[in-house]
Amino acid sequence: MRKGKIVINEDRCKGCFICISQCKVKEIEKSNKVNKYGQVVVEFKNLGKCNACTLCAISCPDAAIEVYEIIEEKV
Amino acid sequence: MKEKIIYKKPDSLTDINFSYCPGCGHSTVHKIIAEIVDELNLREKIIGVAPVGCAVFAYNFWNFDVSEAAHGRTPAVATAIKRVLPDRLVFSYQGDGDLASIGMAEIIHTANRGENITVIFINNTNYGMTGGQLAPTTLLSQKTTTSPYGRDAKNYGYPVKMLELLSPLEGVKYLERVKVTDAASVIKAKNAIKKGFTYQMQNIGFSMIEVLSSCPANWRKEPVEANKLIDEEIVKVFPLGKIKDIK
Repeated sequence: MRKGKIVINEDRCKGCFICISQCKVKEIEKSNKVNKYGQVVVEFKNLGKCNACTLCAISCPDAAIEVYEIIEEKV
Repeated sequence: MKEKIIYKKPDSLTDINFSYCPGCGHSTVHKIIAEIVDELNLREKIIGVAPVGCAVFAYNFWNFDVSEAAHGRTPAVATAIKRVLPDRLVFSYQGDGDLASIGMAEIIHTANRGENITVIFINNTNYGMTGGQLAPTTLLSQKTTTSPYGRDAKNYGYPVKMLELLSPLEGVKYLERVKVTDAASVIKAKNAIKKGFTYQMQNIGFSMIEVLSSCPANWRKEPVEANKLIDEEIVKVFPLGKIKDIK
């Protein structure tokens, strides 16, 4: 299974939590942080279950999520 | 270990944050239009026309040419731009108060003339910007600030189904209704808008895509619940899918 990670742009996140409802592996959760506009933002849990499916990023209204695929190099 | 970026904010969006409420469908539609512009490499070729309403600041968010029009007159301005610059791709972006109420005359005549433009119609069943008043598209028994006991057909009439209204007109070539409540529906909406743009590039004629969008602030709901309301209730009144496709 491919591995991935997401990076959340906290200045763009408005805390609608649609990404949490879309994530199939429950890798995103509500954080305790507040951004400069006073919105509660989400955070990436990084449990190693993310498979870079991009569902969270596609459904994010504010384009606040970047998705990376992690490619392990063969030795 | 290498990291390969597979999804990022489209380049056709500026760094200015959207002025929309959290979870608003306008933001999603802005994003997918910007993605299509990037994918089809249209940034120097496309001209949008922004409406009056929540999306009035659309020209701040898109990194391509956007004009502004008086309330409801977006299709008329888009017609003018398309006739003067026929090699450009022109789209009109409108909300339901703008298109179905004050701009009803403009949209019907533009459609009837079969102007070669694409109209993107955001239907959130109320006047979002001014505080959630009753719009022509408000559902029966839906409570708004100007129908506090719910819309009843005797006083306010029935919700206007714009696509069904326009479909008999001969100038109209492509009509589709989509929603943007989850990742799958966002992809479908993107394909529909892309098809509208492609038809315009092939000089096929007038196309309109209606997007059922949530308005969490005025519906007094959490964004996820508001999306659920679209999935369960609103699609029964405004059925999804192609209403007309000439091809």
